Amino acid sequence: MIKREAVVIGAGPAGLSAAIEAAKRDADVLLIDESLKAGGQLFKQIHKFFGSSAHRSGIRGIDIGKELLEEAKKYGVEIWLNCVATGLFKEKKIAVEKSLDNQNKTAEIIKAEKIVIATGASENAIAFEGWTLPGVMGAGAAQTMANIHNVLPGEKILMIGSGNVGLIVSYQLLQAGAEVVGVLEAAPEIGGYGVHAAKIVRAGVPIHTSTTIVEARGDEKNGVKEAVVCDVDDCWQPIKGQEKIYEVDTITIAAGLKPLMELARMHGCRCDFIPQLGGWLPLHDKNMETTYPGIYVAGDSAGVEEANTALEEGRLAGVAIAESLGYIHSNKASSIKNEIWNRVDGLRLGPFGESRLEAKEKIIKTFQ
Amino acid sequence: MPDRVNDHPILGDTTRKETVNITVDGQKIESKKGEMIAAALFANGIRINRYTIKREEPRGIFCGIGQCTDCAMTVNGKPNVRTCVTPVEEGMVVKTQYGVGEREKNDD
Amino acid sequence: MALLKNGYISLSELKNEKGYPSEERFNEGPVAVIECIQEIPCNPCVEACDFGAIEIEGPITDKPKIIEDKCIGCGKCIAKCPGLAIFVVDKTHSESFASVSFPYEFLPLPDKGMEVEAVNREGKVVCQGEVIRVINNKEFDRTPVVTIKIPEDKFDVVRGIKRRKEK
Repeated sequence: MIKREAVVIGAGPAGLSAAIEAAKRDADVLLIDESLKAGGQLFKQIHKFFGSSAHRSGIRGIDIGKELLEEAKKYGVEIWLNCVATGLFKEKKIAVEKSLDNQNKTAEIIKAEKIVIATGASENAIAFEGWTLPGVMGAGAAQTMANIHNVLPGEKILMIGSGNVGLIVSYQLLQAGAEVVGVLEAAPEIGGYGVHAAKIVRAGVPIHTSTTIVEARGDEKNGVKEAVVCDVDDCWQPIKGQEKIYEVDTITIAAGLKPLMELARMHGCRCDFIPQLGGWLPLHDKNMETTYPGIYVAGDSAGVEEANTALEEGRLAGVAIAESLGYIHSNKASSIKNEIWNRVDGLRLGPFGESRLEAKEKIIKTFQ
Repeated sequence: MPDRVNDHPILGDTTRKETVNITVDGQKIESKKGEMIAAALFANGIRINRYTIKREEPRGIFCGIGQCTDCAMTVNGKPNVRTCVTPVEEGMVVKTQYGVGEREKNDD
Repeated sequence: MALLKNGYISLSELKNEKGYPSEERFNEGPVAVIECIQEIPCNPCVEACDFGAIEIEGPITDKPKIIEDKCIGCGKCIAKCPGLAIFVVDKTHSESFASVSFPYEFLPLPDKGMEVEAVNREGKVVCQGEVIRVINNKEFDRTPVVTIKIPEDKFDVVRGIKRRKEK
């Protein structure tokens, strides 16, 4: 068993910023990630970020990722890649499998004084006839293919879901050179930002609200060839006789995300079901600390939002850790944390943020 | 068939020059150094990775980031390798997986 | 609201917004048109403007306002808007022609002098246009800004061009 002062699980925006904030105040930080490269989903975010211009908005996610990696290096964050945290056991012991999918994989137990769970989220699937056919995939998978691997996931694509992920990925698939035949939304209104919707509509991609997919058709040799779609009624039920067929080779699903909170639950951190934030998640206080002292949570694993809030929550956890390890005076820490909270509250205003703001406030209240 | 994206408005010239040869179900295909097996297969028009054990249904990439295991294949004799997060290597032998697969004895 | 139902803003929705210039201002020359009508947490447009012509008065989620007499229509804000929702319209471009500048993040980029199909907010082709400028400098960070010349009466309709196919 090895010992560490702080271990951050997950090197996405939340994990990286938590690691940076703690390490820059001299904490000894180990950051682990299952991927071969740190950055989480940032390196597929090729669009310019929203948010405050004081904090990297207007900069593309890929460039924010590069900056964070440089900072992590500068402050001496130790990074283990291709490592999966397979378990979190009592008294903050982390089981780590190194070199997964390799014959030479080894296991390690790390005893940590402080842990940040920044494991992100996983895409929700929706089940319909034929949804397991090759060619039906998550919107994130299509985005990974196009922006990371530089391979088109398909030529003619139908997007299911009009939240920001569905809208942004549709746009990025166009940029990669694919044809997006349309975006379907079962709800009567588009879920994501109007500006994201407007830019793909202008580029020739229609958005169909109150419409859903009922079947993916294809064969065992080639996968998807057709999508059967249908208008839905007020109760979101397909209206018989309204079916339409699209000839497509790929169907991408953007039906929201849910927090990856298994490690927190495994350790016995109290969790609750918060639909506005994607489902089950670990309760946490204003320091992002869970009900188990010394275990923190940040980013999508603390409730699904977006990269800006993930960055800020990571900073909160990082500062709180540095404070509780004695690397920063509590007066100084609280003024830094207040500044961060002001920015986070700003990000959660407006019609898109309100329900998240309410849910987060409720979580913190419940905690006390 | 899906193609490689070599010229991108944001990412610029994304052409990968160094190639790696791998074999998929006995057929030689050219892949690019450093890319994931599943990406190489997609670029070569292959999007079925395995067939399920009970209904023998085809499966392909679903999550693309190593979470769902739908893209598992037998790689160098080892079954259940997640091809979306495993990079290609020169001489790699990749096979469509049937059911849960079986470890092949004489391979590493 | 058409934006929520179909993904594009109708002109009547826009005209009541503080990012949309007045008729008088359009008649005076080039001006930024900010088609950002939801309260989202975003403000890079404010800093993008060297003339202080874009204001977000309250919290970061407030909608941007165009200060008509400060805007010179330079177009720097076009590439800075993460939502690609800012355009510059010059209704006075020449006799019977207007010009519209918009972000265009696709390949291939059009060339100056090229005849293009101009589209409206719905992505439908409404008229022909001629490319008069393509700016793709470092400051714009890979968001090229294309300016096209169109018939004057289409100044509040045209917001882009039909994407061009490779080959």
